[in-house]
Amino acid sequence: MSAGTLRATRRTFLKGTGSAVLAALTIGFQWGGSTRRAAARSLSPNPATEPLFAPNAFLRIGADDSVTVIAKHLEMGQGAYTGIATIVAEELDADWTTVRVQSAPADVKLYANSVLGNLQGTGGSSAMANSWMQLREAGATARAMLLTAAAKQWQVPVHELTVDNGIVYDAAKKRRATFGSLVKAAAALPVPNTVELKDPKNYKLIGHRVARVDVPAKCDGTAQFTLDVDMPGMLVALLKRPPFFGATVKSFDATAAAAVTGVVKVVQVPRGVAVIAKGFWAAKRGRDALTIEWDDSQAEKRSSADLMSEYRHLADQPALSARREGDAATAIRAASRTLSASFEFPYLAHAPMESLDAVVKLTPTSCEIWAGDQFQTVDQANAAHAAGLEAQQVSIHTLYAGGSFGRRANPGSDYIVEAVSIAKAYGADGTPIKLQWTREDDVQGGLYRPMYFHKLEAGLDAKGALTAWRHVVVGQSIIAGTPFAAALVKGGIDGTSVEGAANIAYSIPNIDVELSTTQVGIPVLWWRVVGSSHTTFAVESFLDEVAHAAGKDPFTYRRELLEHHHRMRGVLELAAEKAGWADGPLPQSRGRGIAVAEAFKTFVAQVAEVTVDPSGGFRVDRVVCAVDCGTPINPDVITAQMEGGIGFGLGAALYGAITLKDGRVEQDNFNSYRVLRMNEMPKVEVHIVPSTEAPTGVGEPGVAPLGPAVANALFAATGKRDYVLPLIKGSA
Amino acid sequence: MPTTFLLNEKTTTLDAEPDMPLLWAIREKARLTGTKFGCGIAMCGACTVHLDGQPIRSCVTPLASVAGRKITTIEGLQSAAGKAVQAAWIELQVPQCGFCQSGQIMSAAALLENNPAPSDAEINSAMSGNICRCATYSRIRAAIHQASQSAKGDA
Repeated sequence: MSAGTLRATRRTFLKGTGSAVLAALTIGFQWGGSTRRAAARSLSPNPATEPLFAPNAFLRIGADDSVTVIAKHLEMGQGAYTGIATIVAEELDADWTTVRVQSAPADVKLYANSVLGNLQGTGGSSAMANSWMQLREAGATARAMLLTAAAKQWQVPVHELTVDNGIVYDAAKKRRATFGSLVKAAAALPVPNTVELKDPKNYKLIGHRVARVDVPAKCDGTAQFTLDVDMPGMLVALLKRPPFFGATVKSFDATAAAAVTGVVKVVQVPRGVAVIAKGFWAAKRGRDALTIEWDDSQAEKRSSADLMSEYRHLADQPALSARREGDAATAIRAASRTLSASFEFPYLAHAPMESLDAVVKLTPTSCEIWAGDQFQTVDQANAAHAAGLEAQQVSIHTLYAGGSFGRRANPGSDYIVEAVSIAKAYGADGTPIKLQWTREDDVQGGLYRPMYFHKLEAGLDAKGALTAWRHVVVGQSIIAGTPFAAALVKGGIDGTSVEGAANIAYSIPNIDVELSTTQVGIPVLWWRVVGSSHTTFAVESFLDEVAHAAGKDPFTYRRELLEHHHRMRGVLELAAEKAGWADGPLPQSRGRGIAVAEAFKTFVAQVAEVTVDPSGGFRVDRVVCAVDCGTPINPDVITAQMEGGIGFGLGAALYGAITLKDGRVEQDNFNSYRVLRMNEMPKVEVHIVPSTEAPTGVGEPGVAPLGPAVANALFAATGKRDYVLPLIKGSA
Repeated sequence: MPTTFLLNEKTTTLDAEPDMPLLWAIREKARLTGTKFGCGIAMCGACTVHLDGQPIRSCVTPLASVAGRKITTIEGLQSAAGKAVQAAWIELQVPQCGFCQSGQIMSAAALLENNPAPSDAEINSAMSGNICRCATYSRIRAAIHQASQSAKGDA
C-alpha cells in the first residue's frame, strides 16, 4: 500500500465527516425522539456464516468468505446500495463477487446521515457524500484487522502482507489465507485507533464500471418491494381520505362495505376511514362501497388558478430578503436597459411507480414496520407517537422502494402513521396489516412540490453587461410548520424555497433575492432536486433572455459571468463542447438551448436540442449533459442518474401539473397526470468531469437544468419564450 | 368461484371472484409477486403479462376471462426472446428502482417474439404503454436492440 491518508477511526465513525455538506439541510438537526437512548439493536447473525467478524456497524465477514455490507441508505433506484458496497469493498480489497448488501435497522446512534444531522434517512442526494469517509474507514479497518490476524498466524510483520480479491498473501506469495479463514482471529483483535486509507490511484472498484448489486433481482421479478410482503394472516387495508385537504370525517356508514366478501373490519382513523380485508380487491371494493359525510368547514377550497393570481399580486409586495449584495433596485433604475419576466410553476406529484405502502405488525408493546423507508428516525418517532409506544419499541425493515423522488421522506411520515393508526384501530393484536395506496390515492394525496410564482428583473449597462439582478419567489414553505423549521427556516426564509436562486454563482455586482411565503392548506413536500426544480428554470430562462437582449451568445454570456467559478464553468464548457455549440445555430425549425445548475454541491450543465413542427408541437431530440460530482464512484450509475433525471425532468417540464378546482385535485391517475413515455425520451449523452474532490450526489441534480435547457432551445427555434409550466398546456 | 387456466405452463385453479383482476389473483392467490400494481387502469404497464403470448394489462383483465387460456408471468418467462431480453437488461444495467421492469421485460419479450428486429419506431409503439418513472427508456431501447442482435446470433 502506498502513501495513503492516516485517519482516526473511532472519532470519525461517530461524528461523520461533514466534508461535503448540503447547504440547506446541514444545520445539526436534532430529532426530538432521538435524545432518548436508542436500544442497541444488533443484526441477527446468519447461522450459516458463523463465526462472524463485525468490526463496525457497516460490515460483516463470514467464515464462508461472504462480505455483507450494511446499508444505512434506502435503495430507491439511485444506486445507493451499489455505491455503499463499492466504497467498503474497495478499502477492504474484497472479492466483489462475495459482496452483498443488507439494509440497516433503524438506529440513529449507528446509522445517522451526517449531512442531514442526527437523523437516519436518505435525501438531498447525500448518500455518497456522507458515507464516503465513514465507509472507507469501515473497510480499511476490517482490512487492517484481517492483516494483523494473518501476520500473527504466520509470525511475520504486517507490512510484508498484501491483500488481493479477498485473499491475504505473505511476502513470497507462498502462504495465502481467505478472509473467511481469518474472521475468528480478527474478531478477537482490538479495533485499531488509526487506519491507512488507499491512495486513489490504486482503486480497482471506485471509478470503474461495477455492476449494480440489485439489477439481477430486478430483472426476474424476485426483488422484494413492500408491495410483495406477504406473511401468514396478513390483511390489506385501503384508506378513504377526504376529498379536500383539511376536511375530516363527520360520519360514515360501513354497512355496504362490511358486506363485501373478504372485508374483515372497517375502522375510523385520523386521516379517514379504512377498510381492512383479506386482500387488495376486497379492500378496494369495500372502500368503493363506503358512504362518508365529510366535515369540510376547515378545508382548503381555493382553486390553484385563484392562488396563482394571489401570488402574482404578492410578488409586487414587500418580501423578506434571502440575499442582498449591492443595491439592485437603484442599479436597475440607473441601468441603460432593463428586462423583467415572471414565471409560473404548478404543484407536482412525485408519482413513484410503487405507490405508497407499508406493512405494520403492532402489539401493545411493539411496532414492526416493513417499508421502502426513507426517513427511519423520523418514521420511528412518528410511528411511536401514533402507536402510543416509545421510539425504541418501533423497528423498521427497510425494503427496496419502487421510486420515491422525495415522497417517502416526509416530516409527518404520512403513510407510516396511517398504517400504524389502522393497525391500532384494528386492535393492535399482532395481525400484520399492509396499507396500500392506489394510484388515485397517490396523485390526489398531497405532499406536492409547491406551486410558485417568480418575478425577475435585470439591469444591463450600455455594453450589455449585467449590473443588477432582482428575483422574487412566491410560494409555500416546505419546511415551515415541521419539526425541521427551527433548524432550516432562518429569519423567515425557508432555504429550500430559494436554493438555486439565492446562491446563483454568476458574478453580478447588485443582487437582490426575496421570498414571500404563502399560507395555503395544500400539503407540500420536497420533490426531486427540491428548490432547484423551479428556481433553476426561472434563473436560467431569464439569464438566456438577458443574453439575447444583450446580443450575446447564451453560452458565452454565462461563461463570462462564471469566470471565477471553475466547477460551474467546467461543466458548462464541457456540455457546450460535446454538444457542438461552437458549430453555430441549428437549421430552421430546430434549436439548441443551454442551462447550468449547482444542486447539493454537484454541478450539471445540459444542452438540449429541439425540433418544432408547423402545428406548434415539438420534440426534444437530444440532451448532452456534463456533470461534476467530485470523485466519480460508479460512472455507469452516475450516467444512469443523469439519464433518469433528464427523463424525469422532461416529463415534468412538458406535462407535469396538479391543479385544484374549488379545492379538489383535478388529476387522479397517469391518464390525467401525464409523465414521460418511451417515445418522448431524447437521445442522452453524459460526460463526467474527472475529479479527486470528495464525492457528491447524483440522484437529483440532473433534473435541475433540463427544463430551462429545453425552454431555451424552444426560444432558439421559435423566437418565443414560455413562462408558464408545463410547456404543453392542457396536456392531461 | 374457481377459474382454471395455464399459469406458467402449470394448470392452475384459483378460487376468487370472477371479476377480480388477474393481477391480484396472480399476486395474492398464486403468490407470484413479480407482476406489479402501478395504476389499476391499464395506463402504466407495470402489470404486463402474456395471454397466449400477447402482452396484456393484468390489472384490467378479469380473472374469469382467462379461463382455459395460457398466462405467462415474469416468473415463467422461458422463451429465447425472453431470456435474451433479461440478459440484455443485466448487461446494459437497465433497472433503477426496478418496480416497472417486470412489465417492461414482458412487453419487450412479446415485442421480440412478434418482431425479431424492431425499429426504433416499432419499439416506441410497443413500449410506450409501459411507464418508467426513473426514465430508464434509453437503456430499455438499447437493451431491446441488443437482445434482438443476440437472438439473431443464436439462431
